[in-house]
Amino acid sequence: MTQTTPLVQVKDAARWFDVSAPWLERVLSGKPRTMLKAVDGVSFTINRGETLALVGESGCGKSTMARLLVGLYPLTRGEVLIDGRSIAELHGPQGKDLRRRLQMIFQDPYASLNPRWRVGRIIAEPLKAHTNMTPKEQEQRVDELLLQVGLDPADKQRYPHQFSGGQRQRISIARALAVRPEFLVCDEPTSALDVSVQAQVLNIMKDLQRQLGLTYLFISHNLAVVHHVADRVGVMYLGRIVEIAPRDELFAHPRHPYTRMLISAIPDMEGHGKSRTPVAGEVPNPLQPPSGCTFHPRCPLARDICKQQSPKLIRPADNEEVEVACHAVEQQWEPVSFVS
Amino acid sequence: MSNVLEIKRLCVEFPTRRGTLRALDEVSFDIKAGEIVGVVGESGAGKSMTGAAIIGLLEPPGRIASGEILLDGRRIDNLPDAQMRKIRGREIGAIFQDPLTSLNPLYTVGHQIAETITTHLPYSYAQARERAIELLEATGIPAARQRIDHYPHQFSGGMRQRVVIALALAAEPKLIVADEPTTALDVSIQAQIIELLKKLCREHSAAVMLITHDMGVIAETADRVVVMYAGRVAEIGAVNDVIHNPKHPYTVGLMGSIPSIHRHTERLVQIDGSMPRLNAIPKGCAFNPRCQRRFDRCLQDRPELMPAESSQAACWLYEGVTT
Repeated sequence: MTQTTPLVQVKDAARWFDVSAPWLERVLSGKPRTMLKAVDGVSFTINRGETLALVGESGCGKSTMARLLVGLYPLTRGEVLIDGRSIAELHGPQGKDLRRRLQMIFQDPYASLNPRWRVGRIIAEPLKAHTNMTPKEQEQRVDELLLQVGLDPADKQRYPHQFSGGQRQRISIARALAVRPEFLVCDEPTSALDVSVQAQVLNIMKDLQRQLGLTYLFISHNLAVVHHVADRVGVMYLGRIVEIAPRDELFAHPRHPYTRMLISAIPDMEGHGKSRTPVAGEVPNPLQPPSGCTFHPRCPLARDICKQQSPKLIRPADNEEVEVACHAVEQQWEPVSFVS
Repeated sequence: MSNVLEIKRLCVEFPTRRGTLRALDEVSFDIKAGEIVGVVGESGAGKSMTGAAIIGLLEPPGRIASGEILLDGRRIDNLPDAQMRKIRGREIGAIFQDPLTSLNPLYTVGHQIAETITTHLPYSYAQARERAIELLEATGIPAARQRIDHYPHQFSGGMRQRVVIALALAAEPKLIVADEPTTALDVSIQAQIIELLKKLCREHSAAVMLITHDMGVIAETADRVVVMYAGRVAEIGAVNDVIHNPKHPYTVGLMGSIPSIHRHTERLVQIDGSMPRLNAIPKGCAFNPRCQRRFDRCLQDRPELMPAESSQAACWLYEGVTT
């Protein structure tokens, strides 16, 4: 661990959504309020210049986490600090400066660009909001950004529909970089793209990180992509982090049974005809999560304690950089061999 | 083994106001009984179009302009709709990407499977229902006898895809066209569905055309691979050859661009540019503007599939190379 304070600190963040029936119906049928706990008590830190990836299956809360970090959703509980400043400030008088420092790239490059605006205007929009640049300076900056993401400055005259998916995602990146942010939240930036185009976008993101010293939170469901981009990886399951570890450690020695299952479920290019170990069962309904450890109905190691107590994130003795929430790891039950 | 499916020089065209667009250009390949052939390529390469042409569900104004599709030696591309309807479901089963849109939300899943069985096979409704329960059990749906009377919305995504697979297998077809069957699913569920598909095809010795853009799925499932680019076949070969020893420069780039958890690379191989639009397919080899190894001939003449070691590649690099 480095001595400097991390750029991003998330402490016990939670976001609950009220999905209750309408008030009258609730009163008449005597139903209680129902809360969807999309994110429930997540803590992690991201150091400067680092890429933290969050992985998990659909509905595990990774996109909600991304939106919490840029202030698109308010927190139900907990705290998010960016460089020591709480993101609750985003909506206050000093919010603008903080907002400049965090930007987001969305999954769908078809929905995140205004179809009626020319590319030049799309990219200059954050400059208008955050800087005092003259129109001439803005145009220069737009040219510079387009070159940075591998497009041509002449492209600023065109409309989003004239570009392919990969090029549009580059426009999104150029827009996010316009105001020189330090922290980029990327929510599945390549999952709508084809593999060869995905490679172009991932390469650009890595190059930019090196040149500009960017810090990324990278959300993805694709473990192979995560393995390529991340320095550290957090695995989420039903609104909680079950394991967080440096990339190589996580892939070489996954500890949580869910992580092990996810890794063995990756389609493998090397092993033709190899049978994967399919994860048994499916993600439970987040409105009625299982008691105790939410993974216990699918877990091959589950014992009685797993049904009663929710495990805390602990650091195993053999590696200080790993955090894992599992009774089996905590109490060092006999290691059960996983077929992989 | 005999070919269940043979596609010969299939061309699909879309007439538009600005001229005719050729979406599939002389696509040829075959699938044997019990074989799983993967069809890969990027969006717009014509993978799904090939599948739609086989099951006779091309969106108008798209039409088969030339070429032949043979099922068990019989031509099916020129059959009238009424006859094609008898083949679809009975001899060709289809599995699509989104299991919710392939099921009718207003009928129970049991009814939908039983309907397919009674339409194609000489079963009474009660017998068909029993058979539907067996099929649902075979696809791994727990408590199938109770769940048969549930509606599609009462199933989760993975379970719905199992229902769709049961539906595709209901009349024991010879050929199954699976168009991105796992793309809408999470990895853990994906693995379950792939295993199921493999097991059922082995048991029924059905021929499978597996359309996907996920090379990992292909690597684990397919026996042979057809790589498509801009409506043409770029390479055909055994799965190991195509993945570990690709021949066509496009396949080489495609394989290099896939991140793997077994390799550490700072940068992925990238193919610059993007696939040409249908109205601007370059002369000669369609891949030539993006190809690192192009030479004069690639700009002039279109390469046919030619032998390249144990595979076949549509690339002039392999012309006259005897192996």
